[in-house]
Amino acid sequence: MIRGSVAVTTERCKGCGFCVEFCPTKVLALSSAFNAKGYHAPYMEDPDKCSGCNLCGMYCPDFAIYGYRLPKDGAQPKEAAK
Amino acid sequence: MTHANPESVLTGVHFMNGDAACCEGLLAAGARFAAGYPITPSTEVVERFAARTPKTGGLFIQMEDELAASIALQGMVWAGEKSFTVTSGPGFSLMMEHIGFAAMTETPCMFVDVQRGGPSTGLPTLPAQGDMMQARFGSHGDYLTIALVPDSPQECFDLAVTGMNLAERFRIPVMFMMDECVGHMTEKVVIPPADQIPVYPRRHTKKKPGEYLPFEASEDLVPEMAHAGEGYSLFVTGLTHDDRGYPLMNPAQQEKLVNRLFNKILRAADELVMVEEDGLEDADVVVLSYGITSRVARRGIQMAREKGLKVGFLRLKCVWPFPEKLVREIAGRVKAIVAPELNLGQVVLEVERVAAGTTRVIRMPHAGGTVHKPVDIVAAIERGLA
Amino acid sequence: MSTTVDFPIHNPVEDVLRMDRIPTIWCPGCGIGTSVNSFAYALMSTGIDIKKVAIVSGIGCSGRVSGYTKMDSFHTTHGRAIPFATGLKLANPELTVVVYSGDGDLTSIGGNHLIHAARRNMDLMVVCINNMIYAMTGGQAAATTPGASISSTTPYGSFEPELNMAHLVDAAGACFVARWTVFHVKMLEKTMKEALNKKGFRFVEVLSPCPTLYGRRNNLADGLAAMKDYKERSKIRNGAPTHETALVQGGEIIVGKFVDRERPDYLTLMRQQLGANYHPLPPQPDENPEAGVAKEDCCSC
Repeated sequence: MIRGSVAVTTERCKGCGFCVEFCPTKVLALSSAFNAKGYHAPYMEDPDKCSGCNLCGMYCPDFAIYGYRLPKDGAQPKEAAK
Repeated sequence: MTHANPESVLTGVHFMNGDAACCEGLLAAGARFAAGYPITPSTEVVERFAARTPKTGGLFIQMEDELAASIALQGMVWAGEKSFTVTSGPGFSLMMEHIGFAAMTETPCMFVDVQRGGPSTGLPTLPAQGDMMQARFGSHGDYLTIALVPDSPQECFDLAVTGMNLAERFRIPVMFMMDECVGHMTEKVVIPPADQIPVYPRRHTKKKPGEYLPFEASEDLVPEMAHAGEGYSLFVTGLTHDDRGYPLMNPAQQEKLVNRLFNKILRAADELVMVEEDGLEDADVVVLSYGITSRVARRGIQMAREKGLKVGFLRLKCVWPFPEKLVREIAGRVKAIVAPELNLGQVVLEVERVAAGTTRVIRMPHAGGTVHKPVDIVAAIERGLA
Repeated sequence: MSTTVDFPIHNPVEDVLRMDRIPTIWCPGCGIGTSVNSFAYALMSTGIDIKKVAIVSGIGCSGRVSGYTKMDSFHTTHGRAIPFATGLKLANPELTVVVYSGDGDLTSIGGNHLIHAARRNMDLMVVCINNMIYAMTGGQAAATTPGASISSTTPYGSFEPELNMAHLVDAAGACFVARWTVFHVKMLEKTMKEALNKKGFRFVEVLSPCPTLYGRRNNLADGLAAMKDYKERSKIRNGAPTHETALVQGGEIIVGKFVDRERPDYLTLMRQQLGANYHPLPPQPDENPEAGVAKEDCCSC
């Protein structure tokens, strides 16, 4: 049962690598794609391991990633209205 | 416009010195919180304030240096209070960065400078008027201030109220340029009842959070204000900024912002002509003076008139902005303007600039430490007529 | 899995940030933004009214935090955030005032104010981001720069002894002193929450990488290398005497909560001393009855 997931705002990312390094279950890796500024943003390489602990979000200096727990009823996430 | 709070006003007829009268004026104008640092000959202002305020609500905090005092008072302003500080030459120099910060962030407040002999430590207990240019140009960059100069303890009260009111109206730091003589002389001071003392209230916005832009100019180029803790999500910075207060650091915004800071005062230049005049209409020579020097000038003029000379008396109560139109007009029709001051030539430079060669300008430099002699004023008047 | 209801994803930190100014000016791998996360989560978990929070910062990279926080924020002059914050707090004690600035700003040019605010036990929380360099101006040596570091003003290596901020502030009289690095995000959040809930002068030092200036010149490849370095060298010693917490180059980074004591804060002392001489603020004459939010008579806390 996948417990969590992350939402990445690619354009904010500066590719520092904190989230990749400090994810406790090694879910993330830096993508080979890059954003408009040329940085490689993270993506979930191993999504099944994500617990939604949001340590990635806590580490991110640019507020570009946010980890969240998936609800048990299986509802799908949608972006919050801005 | 409203009036003073009776709780803060010491209505009555007093025998007090200029420093004490200044304190009472600031209290009457609505200042309840202040920060300061001791420096002769200004300290009595805040010593009195420290005794008066806790009983009328409010606080004086003696900070660890003038740098702290000059910005702590601005924190008090942004928390919703009217505030000021007092100092003398060396402290005035230290406060310059924060005077600029107040000008840039449009923080209404007052800086009282009880001038003494300089430069540097100079003559701590003796008068001078050597900070007049500094009052206009002391901080870096382009900004305008209003500088008021009292000539008596009574005026220390009256003009302190005026100064605080102007600060609120224009959202600027106002320079209150006393000197050691006026500060330490003891004279009759009449403090009216509170309802006869006009007080300019904080120009607080009536707009709700979300509609309000902290640095959006009103009709008179002055923005409305809001305070911390009211839900307006303010951002205040000394960086060049836009109407939201957000840094916007490019030449176009610099031009827009700095010119507005200038123009909000320049536009009102005619209203800010505050002078006392006597005998200007048919004068051959006019003596232009301010502060303590004007009291000697009065006597000198009296002596000159007794000799049959036609001399006019022009005393500036507001030195910055300089009353250009008035002085230019006078320069156009008199033989000379005599400008005594307790410095080696500061405000006289403005007279010369504005007169632009249309009249003789007689400087009366004085390094400070005491006042001019009336006979020297007479001699200068006679030089002007020669 | 069957889908029934959508739920929105929203990073709660965005509620206290000016999202219209993101992305930040900070370099890739700079830890200042990380500390802001800890602070934001700590603040939101205390339940303090965000509208009554004021952030005051000085000049420098860390001073730019005030530009990103949605609370009433003041970007003041270099070194003088603490006296400005003092003025704010004294004139409106209902405000929760947090000073957020850098090591150079707070301890060099601002050192005098740091000492006196601690001495007075002014009710302020100070978050001091320590990246051991003057970053914004191009990487000059700071009072906290470890010995023999290369910086733009010490091209042959610095040789001044470093300042132990925790010790200084403790000696001056602070009632709460702690140090963490931005590697310790969770501990930092917990400590910041404790600090927010305490009264008096609280000082939280936060070590952060400066990859572009300090790191680049001193064999720390990037922010990540510095973070790994923190992880390796940090030693948690809660309650350590602050004179033993000096940061030694290449040595242990002592972190933890060092000081947590009770001392009456400035306003409490004032009221005690003034006694009957102190009256709460009378209302000012009513000039603008409809204007904004009325400020209640304060000084009852």
